[in-house]
Amino acid sequence: MSREARLNAQAGRWVGASVPRKEDRRMLLGRGRFVGDLTRAGMLHAAFARSPFPAAEVTGIDTSAALATPGVTGAFTGADLGHPYLIAMLERDEFTPTRMPLLAGDQVRFAGEPVAMVLAADPYAAQDAAELVDVDWRPLDAIPGIEAAQAVGARQVHDGLDGNRLVDLTMFDDLTLPGIFAAAPVVIDAVFRSARVAALPLEGRACMAEWDDRDEQLVLHVSTQVPHQVRSGVAQALGIPEQGVRVIAPDVGGGFGLKCVVGREEIAVADAARRLRRPVSWIEDREENLTASFHGHEQRYQVRAGFDRDGRILGLAAEIDCDVGAYSAFPFTSAVEPLMACTELPGIYKIPAYRALGRAIATNKAPTAPYRGVSRPQIVLVMERLMEKAAAELGIGALDVRRRNMISPGEFPYTGVNGISYDEGSYRESLDLAERQVKETFRNATPAGEPGGLMTGVGYACFSERTAYGTPTMSQRRMAMTPGYDTALVRMDPSGEVIVTTGTCGHGQGHETTFAQIVADRLGVHPGQVRLRQGDTDLASYGWGTWGSRSIVIGGGAADRAAAVVARQLRQVAAHLLEASSDDIELAGGSARVRGDAGSALPISELARIVHFQTHRLPEELRYGLEARSSFDPPGTFSNACHAAMVTVDPGTGEIRLRRYLVVEDCGVVINPMIVDGQVSGGVAQGVGAALLERVRYGEDGQPGSTTLMDYLAPTAMELCPVQITHLETASQFSETGAKGMGEGGMIGAPAAVLNAINDALRPAGISFDHVPVLPAEVCAALAGGDAVAMGGAGAMGGASGLSGAHRRGSA
Amino acid sequence: MKDIRQIRVRVNGAEHELAVETRRTLADMLRHDLGYTGTHLGCEHGICGACTVLVDSAPVRSCLVFGVQADGCDVRTVEGLADGEELSDLQQAFSDHHGLQCGFCTPGFLMLAEAYLAERQAAGAGEPTEAEIRELAASNLCRCTGYQGIVDAVLATARARYHSEGASGEGRAGGWHAGGSP
Repeated sequence: MSREARLNAQAGRWVGASVPRKEDRRMLLGRGRFVGDLTRAGMLHAAFARSPFPAAEVTGIDTSAALATPGVTGAFTGADLGHPYLIAMLERDEFTPTRMPLLAGDQVRFAGEPVAMVLAADPYAAQDAAELVDVDWRPLDAIPGIEAAQAVGARQVHDGLDGNRLVDLTMFDDLTLPGIFAAAPVVIDAVFRSARVAALPLEGRACMAEWDDRDEQLVLHVSTQVPHQVRSGVAQALGIPEQGVRVIAPDVGGGFGLKCVVGREEIAVADAARRLRRPVSWIEDREENLTASFHGHEQRYQVRAGFDRDGRILGLAAEIDCDVGAYSAFPFTSAVEPLMACTELPGIYKIPAYRALGRAIATNKAPTAPYRGVSRPQIVLVMERLMEKAAAELGIGALDVRRRNMISPGEFPYTGVNGISYDEGSYRESLDLAERQVKETFRNATPAGEPGGLMTGVGYACFSERTAYGTPTMSQRRMAMTPGYDTALVRMDPSGEVIVTTGTCGHGQGHETTFAQIVADRLGVHPGQVRLRQGDTDLASYGWGTWGSRSIVIGGGAADRAAAVVARQLRQVAAHLLEASSDDIELAGGSARVRGDAGSALPISELARIVHFQTHRLPEELRYGLEARSSFDPPGTFSNACHAAMVTVDPGTGEIRLRRYLVVEDCGVVINPMIVDGQVSGGVAQGVGAALLERVRYGEDGQPGSTTLMDYLAPTAMELCPVQITHLETASQFSETGAKGMGEGGMIGAPAAVLNAINDALRPAGISFDHVPVLPAEVCAALAGGDAVAMGGAGAMGGASGLSGAHRRGSA
Repeated sequence: MKDIRQIRVRVNGAEHELAVETRRTLADMLRHDLGYTGTHLGCEHGICGACTVLVDSAPVRSCLVFGVQADGCDVRTVEGLADGEELSDLQQAFSDHHGLQCGFCTPGFLMLAEAYLAERQAAGAGEPTEAEIRELAASNLCRCTGYQGIVDAVLATARARYHSEGASGEGRAGGWHAGGSP
């Protein structure tokens, strides 16, 4: 028996209820429809010949042997396609754009970059043939990381760069800072680093393109978070009008930001389908996903902060370098990480004086995409470590230092030194509650039977995250393609059922369920009667997809607005039929009735029938359908949370185990508690992974070292523990529903909370770390008294990704 | 030249006879030759477990097995769990406990858990603990959920099957019944 959807009894509405997900049934039956499940008669399979070198000139490409392979029907180089490319633009002088060719031309800039595409009816044959593409390479010196990129005389990844800087900007500069630091009783200087990580959706990238003669249209089925931006990318790269392209996202097996940018392979495959007039499929394999898609989060922060004797911060200065890899990803550009970091570093803390320099550094590594969190995991780690360091210097409790600095109740809306206005949150309340819960529940960390001598520590992270950025905020970034708004169409059909189209594109977040809850409340129907159509550029108005914790606020807000218009139409029709005032009509439980007169109830399905089939009975203004189109474009709204983690560290093996985890979070009005908890738990899992396990390694020679899931460790159930979640609800004034975005918060808080817990555990040994992930070998080396520890200890792969090592008390 | 063999395989109770290239994986054979696309490929090197199916009741990574190795075998995929349109108890528990988000890894977890519960029952082992279920769940990767919903769903199914009154004639004293699978 399936669990019935039940109203949020307290509020008498669907919003707030843990309505079971509409998405589940097809997935559980094995009837989901992912790109890899699509087949067409005569379909070809694409495989890519890729560079084995991180940097090389290409002096010749010979596809003849590939073409001679039985079953191969085509092979293309960049020249064969006319050298199409993607270019992402930021309208800033401090930004240098890069052309990302669909297939590399005379130069490759990372190992894994595609240089040729081979097509065959059998995917095995296509892969065989791709290995026969003969390329003449002239290897160049690779730029494997930030230090090499910034070295004097370093080769430039792109011609014309200086210091390999794709973005180099001073976002804020308070000229009083040197004086503030000179006079400050406590000045903290520190360097913080986070490793390059992979989003690792379980379904890699995938696409299937086909030419539709009837519509004279190129149809691209693609595993994406942003169907309209894929359409724009295809149109721009191939020089065809957008109406000549239809992009469809079927079920998408996870994205996490990896799929909110446009992949060059996707457009190359589309071009092949257009040229050959045959369906072409490409399913990325895991090695390609780990080496040739997009990474994120590889950043270095050089920070100075001054504090007074009470622990109040006086000034903050940061130089932020982001290793963004070889190209700017379309459409967000390589500026997304440094801009986010510079703008939002102060976070929930009141900073009187601020300076931030942000750079995007080009290296010979895979490009980066806005992976879940986008710089917020790093800036929260920086601020939370600074609070801990100041507390240690001053002998004040670290939570009290946070309380003295954070924006407090009564200070909202607060406009910070960064120009951001923070809408109301529960920063103080969430910390107080988390501290209380830790005292009550973080006991008995070590299960019986485990070795004694484990070191135990508790760490906190307090933060807010701006979610649902609309164009009022996004326009400050000056992107040529400025995202933010979204548009919904709500239609009621003659049977009284509802279809909602949206430009957002859920891929695991349960939007089919949550959008239905919002619309059902407006229209007085059951969520089961509301069908969401998403992920199809021919169905929906131009929209910006699902990323940046935007969908329920912006897409859901647009749906809420449109549904409100349809609700008004329904009330007017009912008022006409009941000879009442429409102001007195209420919609609930599938009926329209005069408020307080249950006997007057008219089924909503009857209203829908009359509007469509008996429309002549209605006055002119009520005829011809029940539908409305509305857009929403908010400035953004801040969710907030306090995370707390308990870890044990085994001083013998260096093993770090997560023992307890709790989150007190506030995302405003909760639409579906079950789904919100799932997003929090999943985000925490990724953040714990980033703190303890995950890093994409490259050698000093620029060769990728994380090419399989044996080398790239994502957390399993054994590395995690249950996450205790408590919700506070501070409704947002910038949201139609009062909801705030919450897709990223789990990921944002976890690295800092876990790192602080590790450092708390190691406090007796006088050791602390300022980077993630912290690996067992580093712990062992630090405990053994090593001064600085390369990530992963010895070995060829350690160097380029090597983070700064442990600090010993007194030296840091 | 392609090396092609003729094989017979039973999938979810249906007999299939087909010619398959020897290097073709069981996963590709199931998905593309026989249309059982519920089995998903997440890594194709045996780590993530999304492609887990049952071969003669044992869970295997179908990306690491060749199709021809299933000659004469009884294969069970996610499409075989439900009773017609009725979700099995395990499938329903995944929905009830929010054990899936994007759904891509879900078929692998379902087949893994189905085999585990059946094996435990066959061995007459007792009710599993949460720690045992967590260790089982660590066989596969999920990137969306953080695993808690998966652990809760499998644990709830195990408890329900174990304690199901009258199912094994042992009543409240405990004992297994077969659950909702056909």
